[in-house]
Amino acid sequence: MSRALVTRYALRVTRQRPTALLLLLPSLAVIALFLIGGVGFAFAQSLGMFALLGDSEVTLRHYGDALRDPDLRAALVVSLRISVVSTLIALILSIGMALLLRKRLRGDGILRLLFQLPLPIPHLVGAVGITLLIAQSGLIARLLHAAGLLEERSRFPLLVGDRFGAGIVIVYVWKEVPFITFLLLAALSAIGEQYEEAARTLGASAWQRFRHVLVPLLFPVMLSASLIVFAFTFGAFEVPYVMGRTYPKALPVWAYEGFNNVDLNQRPEALAVSVLIALLATVIVLAYGSLSRRLLTNGR
Amino acid sequence: MATRARVTPDISRRLRRSRRPMLPSAVVSLWVALVILPVVPLVIWSAAFSWRWPDLLPTAWSGRAWRYVFSPTTQVRAGLIGSSTVALLTMMLALAIGTPAGIAVGRMAFRGKRAIELLLLAPFIVPGLIVTMGIQIVFIHLRLADTMQGVVFAHLMPALPYVIISVAGVATNVGVQVEEQARSLGATSWQTFIHITLPLLRPGLAVGGLFAFLVSWSQYTSTLIIGGGKVQTLPLLVYAFTRSGDNPIAAALALLFVAPAVVALALASRTLRVRQSVVGGRL
Repeated sequence: MSRALVTRYALRVTRQRPTALLLLLPSLAVIALFLIGGVGFAFAQSLGMFALLGDSEVTLRHYGDALRDPDLRAALVVSLRISVVSTLIALILSIGMALLLRKRLRGDGILRLLFQLPLPIPHLVGAVGITLLIAQSGLIARLLHAAGLLEERSRFPLLVGDRFGAGIVIVYVWKEVPFITFLLLAALSAIGEQYEEAARTLGASAWQRFRHVLVPLLFPVMLSASLIVFAFTFGAFEVPYVMGRTYPKALPVWAYEGFNNVDLNQRPEALAVSVLIALLATVIVLAYGSLSRRLLTNGR
Repeated sequence: MATRARVTPDISRRLRRSRRPMLPSAVVSLWVALVILPVVPLVIWSAAFSWRWPDLLPTAWSGRAWRYVFSPTTQVRAGLIGSSTVALLTMMLALAIGTPAGIAVGRMAFRGKRAIELLLLAPFIVPGLIVTMGIQIVFIHLRLADTMQGVVFAHLMPALPYVIISVAGVATNVGVQVEEQARSLGATSWQTFIHITLPLLRPGLAVGGLFAFLVSWSQYTSTLIIGGGKVQTLPLLVYAFTRSGDNPIAAALALLFVAPAVVALALASRTLRVRQSVVGGRL
């Protein structure tokens, strides 16, 4: 979002409703400062401006360097794969969970409370706990050994620090399923049951009611939830930092380590990559924007 | 008659409950069990002295990790104080800045509203890592790098949308009529705001403040980049002990780190409606 666009909107608002602008101004200022300032300065530094070492310059060289770097391409593949797979698995599980949680269950209160448990737990703790669970000497491997199903821990599948990033996907699914499920539940309660009832009276089977009534109605929410989760997992750093391999790294880890390298000349290239990540996220924000009203107004 | 009156509702409740089918509960329970599972090794490790492969349980137990975590002389104390101070300051700033915006979004109509809502929600999507890496140089020039104030400002951006969205949700539904009554009875706009609007917004403020606290409490990357290791918080310690392979202390710290979030969830689940708990997913 460009500064000019924001100013144009701000001016329109002034003409319309001075109080609204006054109320919005502090928050808009903070967010615009960080987003435009943060991404803007990342961009400036990726062009070679504000160099910490040597002369400042303006060049696209660092983008070329980054894009030619085979390590970067490997990192991009790893990150895309982790995000796509996590989002799809979490979405499918969440659809199932939302359909189950739609009705009151036995032990409803406690189940719903525990279902939400991952929501406030930081990713870092999820990553540490899940590592101690699924690593080759983790609790699950020990249980299988005690049950006589596993002789050597090296026979247990490598899930942490593996090529595929399976452990990272597990952490994201663990964390995101309650999030997507509650988005879907909110949408389901807004939709109500009348359409399904109508389909039922017309003789639709359970599968037909799901496929031809619920899926089309839920599609906007599924899409916006998937976009949020995809964008988040694509840009998130902690989980692959704790659980990933040294090669190939996930894209945000690659960018952070370049940024933090003692060799300050690495910094512009790392920031070039981070600008590319931000660009992708912005595209997603714009797509999400057309759907965001549903979030703010709770589907009303 | 007296017994019947007591028994009937009990029976009808039991009937209602037995009509709830078993299978969905069983499936959800299975998922919930999987969700809780990662906590189990954390609890065991935090009390383990020696837990070698392939032992199912540690062969020797120890209170070392928990003694270390609660000792006043270790860096954990600094981390706890750092985390709580930063999170409280972030919460107060986010409430002060975000509440007016929440009121505007919740109950005012203005042109360009969708674009502004989008901008206000953008921190949910734009990766904090990128923003923090870009803005670090500004913070260095403003002498905010390596300081607690700097870290608080860095946490403000991800925390703000939660306050706005929570306040907006409550502001949409309550209060306009009561405010008009107060005004027609001669209250000034300031009096109306303090005595009518703020108390009516209290649930939104509580939830938004809670989320702002938790968002700040969970931040890792931005603390690392802006704090430069000078500002110590719990997540930095969790990471440091995880990397150094000291599983007992890493596990005890992770549990300590999670405690306020879980307590908050339990408290909030009474007042939260679905949409607001959804917001918590982005911590």
